[in-house]
Amino acid sequence: MIGFATRRLLQAVIVMLVVALLAFTMFRFVGDPINQMVGIETSIEEREALRERLGLNDPIAVQFYRFISKAARFDFGTSYQFRQPVSELFAKRIPATLELSLTSALFALIVGIPMGIYAGLNRESPISKLFLSVSLVGISLPTFFIGILLIFLFSVTLQWLPSFGRGETVQIGSWWTTGFLTVSGLKALILPSITLGLYQMTLIMRLIRAEMLEVIRTDYIKFARARGLPDRLVHFRHALKNTLVPVITITGLQLGAIIAFATITETVFQWPGMGLMFLQAVQNVDIPIMSAYLLLTAFLFVAINYIVDMLYFFIDPRLRVGRP
Amino acid sequence: MKTKSIVAAAALLTAGAGSAVQAETLKFAFQGTLNNLDPYTLNETFTLSSLGNVYEGLTRRGSDLAIEPALAERWEIVEPNRWRFYLRKDVKFHNGNDFTAEDVAFSVERVQSEGSDLTTRVPADAKVEIVDDHTVDFVLSGPNPILHYEWDTFYIMDKEWTVENDAVKVTSASDSTANFAALNANGTGPFKVDSHEAGVKTVYAKNDGWWDTPTHNLDTVEFTPISSDATRVAALLSGELDMVYPIPVQDIKRINDNAGTVALTGPELRTIFLGMDQMRDELLYSDVKGKNPFKDAKVRKAFYQAIDIEGIKKKVMRDLSTPSAIMISPFLFSKAGAFERYPYDPDAAKALLAEAGYADGFTVGMDCPNDRYVNDEAICQAVAAMLARIGVKVDLNAQPKAKYFAKVLASGNFDTSFYLLGWTPGSLDSWNVLSNLMNCRDEAGTGSPFNLGGFCDEKIDSLTKEILVEVDPEKRDGLIENAYQISHDNAYYVPLHQQGLAWGVADNVELVQRADNQFKFRFVTKN
Amino acid sequence: MPYVSNEEAKAAVADRSGSQEAPGRLSKIVDSDLFHSFLRSKVTVVAACGTFILFLLAILAPWVAPHNPFDLASISIMDARVPPVWMEYSDPSFLLGTDDQGRDLLSGIFYGMRISLIVGFCSVIAAAVLGITLGLVAGYMGGRTDAVIMRIADVQLTFPAILIALLIDGVANGIFGSLDREVFAFYILIVSLALSFWVQYARTVRGSTMVEKNKEYVQAARVIGIPSVIIMARHILPNVMGPVMVIATINLALAIVTEATLSFLGVGMPPTQPSLGTLIAVGNDFLYSGEWWIAIFPGLALALLVLNVNLLGDWLRDALNPKLR
Repeated sequence: MIGFATRRLLQAVIVMLVVALLAFTMFRFVGDPINQMVGIETSIEEREALRERLGLNDPIAVQFYRFISKAARFDFGTSYQFRQPVSELFAKRIPATLELSLTSALFALIVGIPMGIYAGLNRESPISKLFLSVSLVGISLPTFFIGILLIFLFSVTLQWLPSFGRGETVQIGSWWTTGFLTVSGLKALILPSITLGLYQMTLIMRLIRAEMLEVIRTDYIKFARARGLPDRLVHFRHALKNTLVPVITITGLQLGAIIAFATITETVFQWPGMGLMFLQAVQNVDIPIMSAYLLLTAFLFVAINYIVDMLYFFIDPRLRVGRP
Repeated sequence: MKTKSIVAAAALLTAGAGSAVQAETLKFAFQGTLNNLDPYTLNETFTLSSLGNVYEGLTRRGSDLAIEPALAERWEIVEPNRWRFYLRKDVKFHNGNDFTAEDVAFSVERVQSEGSDLTTRVPADAKVEIVDDHTVDFVLSGPNPILHYEWDTFYIMDKEWTVENDAVKVTSASDSTANFAALNANGTGPFKVDSHEAGVKTVYAKNDGWWDTPTHNLDTVEFTPISSDATRVAALLSGELDMVYPIPVQDIKRINDNAGTVALTGPELRTIFLGMDQMRDELLYSDVKGKNPFKDAKVRKAFYQAIDIEGIKKKVMRDLSTPSAIMISPFLFSKAGAFERYPYDPDAAKALLAEAGYADGFTVGMDCPNDRYVNDEAICQAVAAMLARIGVKVDLNAQPKAKYFAKVLASGNFDTSFYLLGWTPGSLDSWNVLSNLMNCRDEAGTGSPFNLGGFCDEKIDSLTKEILVEVDPEKRDGLIENAYQISHDNAYYVPLHQQGLAWGVADNVELVQRADNQFKFRFVTKN
Repeated sequence: MPYVSNEEAKAAVADRSGSQEAPGRLSKIVDSDLFHSFLRSKVTVVAACGTFILFLLAILAPWVAPHNPFDLASISIMDARVPPVWMEYSDPSFLLGTDDQGRDLLSGIFYGMRISLIVGFCSVIAAAVLGITLGLVAGYMGGRTDAVIMRIADVQLTFPAILIALLIDGVANGIFGSLDREVFAFYILIVSLALSFWVQYARTVRGSTMVEKNKEYVQAARVIGIPSVIIMARHILPNVMGPVMVIATINLALAIVTEATLSFLGVGMPPTQPSLGTLIAVGNDFLYSGEWWIAIFPGLALALLVLNVNLLGDWLRDALNPKLR
């Protein structure tokens, strides 16, 4: 266990270093940060002076070394746009993104799992087919389009839900703000969570259905039935448990999708999270924010992969047997 | 029914009780963010517009953009090279400090220091002499009739406060800690910054100790950036916000039709135009090899006449644009009426092309931003379609502004053959246009750095020099007219239009829409 | 150490979802079993017909579309935003109305679908080839090779498609000098999408490969001395194709949708050659102004396309799974 943990940690560090290096060498191609930092009338000499001060004229290797040695101390430099330390900016934005991702993942699981179970158990029922087809809408339309349609319906036409922002937030401790504790905060979560969670919901539902279809045909389920156990017990105690492994795998793998789509969702709903900040950083070539964001996502990935691995361990004892 | 009316009455009562002093909050959104509060870090309209509610300059501009006294009560040119400013007395900064001549001298020093993006506000060789506590002299190296033209956005900071908080250096991106002045503000203006979270929300509160009599009735102003056009419009339509800007031209009708909101439109000062590479001997993006078709005035005129500007106005801009024959808004130049666009005439354009030796047309690459100006990409597409009709095939490269500007400006070695750009002279004066867009430049961009096409006309250059020092307004305008005429005759540029301003406002809000697209809270009343 | 990575768990999943049969199963796909299950499901038949028709319309766009929306000389800005024929102020020559540039929307949808499908197919094939190759090698070789490839996959997952698109675009410009974007936007998109999607294939194939390589037939082949490359290509590959097909159908849809998102962010196809996604992204701006058709019709076309392809994919997934027969 400890051997594994250290080995994985080492790999994680390498992954993050590579992410940083790749990001760093490529950022120079995203655009010229100087143009976004000055007014258009600023003279060429002043632009050059600024470039020099930011160290953008140094060799990439030097810039990279500077970045890494600072990043190791959680200092990601100063944002070009905001002129504030990047770590402070992220600390303020992280709660918003995490709350949104969490809510949308919950939405996907709470809606997706029952639908999937139903569709798996009642393969030929028309409702199952309806579930399957309708859920496809979630993956056949671009996120931004779904978001705008939802805003149009629920904010503009019905005026039930807010179209942007987090509503009122409550400060917890020195660095966490939550929207979970106010009515407006909860209302503000609904539309973005659905927009972000729709794709995951479709995926989870289809996955559960497919696994259910297989599992209920396996011998041990048949045997359990033959023993006279009630259907309900068979389905939920035995069958569902076995479908969870791939769900966890995919949910873990889909983290990337959640993050990628969160940038779009956050932009459409002006959700003040990391994704929105990242996208604006891309638009403004704010290299410190982009690098920090990528490192942070790399870190999240490594962490989530690790947790997923551990979860397997507990859910499916069969997998504990050493495989070749 | 009954319970409902009782509840309503109760609500009315509490509302009445609370509003002994009417507390009005204005909530508004803009497309971009207010990145930081240091007034010298970014020479950009929205930043300066926002900070102009908190800080003030020696002068300010009224609702019609006329220069008015602000922190300076009056000024005079005592000698040709010496300007004297008499400062307003009994003005206090938000922290209670007195405003004095020291603060002006300090601000001049700071605005010219390294890291400031507004160094051009005060000529580098100008000297500041403090005459007494409330009188300041600016000593120049030569006459300059437009010295104070941009001073409405050269904001005066409190020396004591800035020094105390270690913020004398202008906030720079190479700092490792945040500059105090980037996160806090201490001006003399009608509003104070109550809280500021960059990119998320900024809250302003009324400054009760403001020297001027407020005409607004606001107590609080809440600003949220909303980058998505559709969301911004939705937030106004749903009544969540009182004012949003800009609004897409296509949504003007919807906002007007909606009960409770209205679209406020007006002319803006930015001129949108097309430019062509006239410097290289061979275009970078073209199938014409060995020569540069844009060096021929006939080709440029052909392009000009191929463009159906009324079509663009009607269909792309939904009438929210003013076709322009010159490179500056007619509001900023008295003799603008003397110019007329070459008429839209595809046949004449074709003939001109044939005369120049391109009867079968040619291919040219066009650079265009897609998130900078109103409908920029749609305009470029329309231009491409119109040029296709005279046989010119346009390969359109529409990119986000970060990439577009990195490519076409000096830092990208002017990597373009044909481009769309917009320009607003910061000083609201033609000299700015001539010196930035129309003078010769070398390959590094020395000269007119934004003359991306690099055309060179000595006559315009010498006129520009004369205009800078000419003090007589009538004579000066004549010189400017000459310069514009030369550009027009040679079709060095193809001006398209001045884009319009479009703001979405709730019916119960009254405000002033200034043509420089600055939103000043002091003009707002909310009922 | 009784540790199992999630890739291996995927292998377990893949293991259970078929591929137990001996090599050469691909040849059996066309056999009557599959065909029968196809005919049994009415939904599938409808979906297949729908897919066929949509593909045909896309392929034959130049012949069936009433206008050529890519021919700039033929479109006029004065025709912009004409509503569909059943509404007021419409023009009979534009059945579904026009977009903001005066392009016929129906033709735009046909041509746009063509571009979307080409981008989708090419990126899916490129991603599959890359992912299968790396997955096979990782799974078969194991050890350090495996670790390196899988860590590369981790790095890859960190970069969202949007950033990849921007970076590829920038790098291509940096390496080849300034490019004609009308031509290259297309390739840049394909490469970006392929780079964003290959990891899924690699992980799945790797998992399946790890299971297959310990089966008797592979062991036997090894003993005889057949080279690894041949074992991988001839014996293992056919047995891991089932899940790959399923991922591919889902990814085709995802690629088309992602391309739309990239257009929304301003880095998709050039506006003069709109894809279905570009049309939606453009139409998105006109939803509130009453010109709903610019976004809704391409949106419907996209939804229809994705729906049909996925229904086919669903059937394929079930049909290829021997345990469900």
